[in-house]
Amino acid sequence: MTATQTATRPPRTGRPHARPNPRGGGDRGTLLLLLPALVPVLLFSVGPLLYGIYLSLTDARGGRNAVISFVGLKNFGDVLADGDFWSSFKIGLIWAVGVTVLQFLAALGLALLLNQNLRLRGLARVLAMAPWAMPPIVIGLMWRLVYHPNAGILNATLQNLHLLDHNVDWLNDFGTALPAIIVVGVWTGMPQTTVVLLAGLQGVPKELHEAAAVDGASVWRRFWNVTLPQLRPVIVTITSLDFVWNINQFAMVYALTQGGPGGRTRLPMLFAYEEAFRYGFFGYAAALGVAITLVVLVVLGFYLWGRMRESAR
Amino acid sequence: MRRSLKYLALLGYLVFLAFPLLWLLSTAFKTPREMANLHPRWIPHHPTLRNFSDAFAAQDLTGSAARSLIVAVSVAVLTVVIALPAAYALARRRSVLNRIAIGWVLVSQVFPVVLIVIPLFIILRRLELVNTLPGLILVHITFVLPFALWMLQGYVRGVPRELEEAAAVDGAGRVKTLVSVVAPLLAPGVVAALLFAFISSWNEFFFALVILKDPDKATLPLTLVKFTGAEQAARLGPLAAASLLATIPSLIFFAIIQRRLRAGLTAGAVKG
Repeated sequence: MTATQTATRPPRTGRPHARPNPRGGGDRGTLLLLLPALVPVLLFSVGPLLYGIYLSLTDARGGRNAVISFVGLKNFGDVLADGDFWSSFKIGLIWAVGVTVLQFLAALGLALLLNQNLRLRGLARVLAMAPWAMPPIVIGLMWRLVYHPNAGILNATLQNLHLLDHNVDWLNDFGTALPAIIVVGVWTGMPQTTVVLLAGLQGVPKELHEAAAVDGASVWRRFWNVTLPQLRPVIVTITSLDFVWNINQFAMVYALTQGGPGGRTRLPMLFAYEEAFRYGFFGYAAALGVAITLVVLVVLGFYLWGRMRESAR
Repeated sequence: MRRSLKYLALLGYLVFLAFPLLWLLSTAFKTPREMANLHPRWIPHHPTLRNFSDAFAAQDLTGSAARSLIVAVSVAVLTVVIALPAAYALARRRSVLNRIAIGWVLVSQVFPVVLIVIPLFIILRRLELVNTLPGLILVHITFVLPFALWMLQGYVRGVPRELEEAAAVDGAGRVKTLVSVVAPLLAPGVVAALLFAFISSWNEFFFALVILKDPDKATLPLTLVKFTGAEQAARLGPLAAASLLATIPSLIFFAIIQRRLRAGLTAGAVKG
């Protein structure tokens, strides 16, 4: 599977002229083979999705036998009037945009370096794999050790370099908590982004570069006028996906701060989780879920639009 | 000069990527006394394995590791058992279903987990599956399935249909063809799907947090997080050791299948 060729267009399914199955079996046979996969998907993801939208229109509570009544759009009105929601939403936006942008810039730099004939490339590739494979919880715990006010390496290093004269409690300080988790977010998501961008870079035709070089274009101009336009579809895809993944991030932040201090890192996911499973406001939390999903859908629209524009070219 | 700048930049990346990992490693081998020291050092003074034995001795950790193993193995096996026939059907028969399935794979990558978790919880509660491992296994299967299906389908399409036809001409029955001709060729794909499902389930936290309320039922990620509740420096060593141990299965399996995941990621830009 060549990565970049397929990266920009949806994979074709089946052959142009698929022959009928030699042994027959018909559509009923096919359905029988698909059934075991279909049941869990319908029961545990499509069903709950619709049920969740319904719940957002009710006053459902966490209790077992609570009576559920339909309240229309009341929950959404409550969401919009809830100061806690807006502060969580703002934090979520700073987090998702911040992490996505920094991830992209960092990954682009790394991909450009890995695309050249440098030593240590192999090491960087191996290292870049670790954040991808590690349980998100362990990533969170690991960075807690790094940020630890007394036993952490960050304070010790900064003090050795005389950049800091006292221990900072990075994850518990109102000012530093959000930037601190954003750094971890960048660390975590960089590998995937780098892999995709690198594949994209390797798909840029060499002739284009050579032609531009012959015309006397500087390295910077070649990057700006040749590489970036060629990469555009890949960039649109990966940044949109990164954004969605970052919005959905839960485990890592839960392990780092649990949303603290004072809600400064309470991403929308954590907010919705608390409303649902700590306070039992199922209906309200479902409305939060719908709201977050709408934001995600807007981004997805952007993503698909970018793809369609690409294939129309 | 330009070349040395590039190396400097690459070095910066290496440091950024490596230092948290090295610090985790270093912390895992430190004595409680050294952890209490106000001047943390990279190289442990008196490297010790006690943190690891402490981590093993902590009943809740070994118990939850065993439960994680049960869940992850069940998820891996059941996912492949369910996905294989479906992948075969999708790869061999061109139909609308095919498109729907592929679309679902993409949608599943950006699925609004927050929205789904509450109804899922209610459904599981009605089925008396809250606070049970089978409940968690079912949920994990559901969310691992789309990508596993996608992977396997690619492998099935790699098996030339002519092989099957040849076997049929030679008089092999349908089942025999599948078992003795197709299955061996699919083995690498099956292994990849197994490992992918295992890693996903082993690493998963959010659904486990919601579904498993009872500490006696907690999986490894849940227990690890609880470990941090008591933030005394003395507990950090065993925590680091346990975190390392929890990462090893994922790292090994990931190393085996990373090429495949990369291809998958770049092909459909689907998360691995």
